[in-house]
Amino acid sequence: MYIGRVSGTVVSTIKNELYVGRKLLVVDRLDLAGQPTVKYDIAVDMVQAGVGDLVLVLDEGNSARQIVGREPDGAIRALIVGIVDQVALEDDAPIGG
Amino acid sequence: MQFARVIGTLVATQKVEGLEGVKFLIVQPLDKHRQPVGQPQVAADGTAQAGPGELVFTIGIREAALALPETFVPVDLAIIGIVDEVDVR
Repeated sequence: MYIGRVSGTVVSTIKNELYVGRKLLVVDRLDLAGQPTVKYDIAVDMVQAGVGDLVLVLDEGNSARQIVGREPDGAIRALIVGIVDQVALEDDAPIGG
Repeated sequence: MQFARVIGTLVATQKVEGLEGVKFLIVQPLDKHRQPVGQPQVAADGTAQAGPGELVFTIGIREAALALPETFVPVDLAIIGIVDEVDVR
């Protein structure tokens, strides 16, 4: 899982049936300093997140399929599974990169 | 899942069993601002409705094959949907 920042929305009509009725958000992957990296995911929102929110992103297929109840063949991987309230790090944590 | 632009088609008559009827497209992976990143790749079309010029979103690794009618096939990138609208800041 990683910490991300929701930076946008995606609208799609023609899509895999598993995605019908689900909200797709663009999430920037952040480094530990909270800065966006070049990596991003188009993730399915499970927690009513919105643009600007700091979120917890799961990017693993089996877990995602379990959460949406579509085992063993759901074509799904990236999910927003939480809205982050606070992150605390040790003073000597390797921030950045 | 990431954005990609469909830039071409690919036809292969002789294919591994299970891939019959699967449509292959050449896609250029994009960043979130829809600018090209990396090299073009071949993707299987899970929507069966995508075509050149279209903005799509793709899924990779194991989940790619799950987007196809036959789910145990050797595919590592598949188109999951066609994008109508994006609002990214």
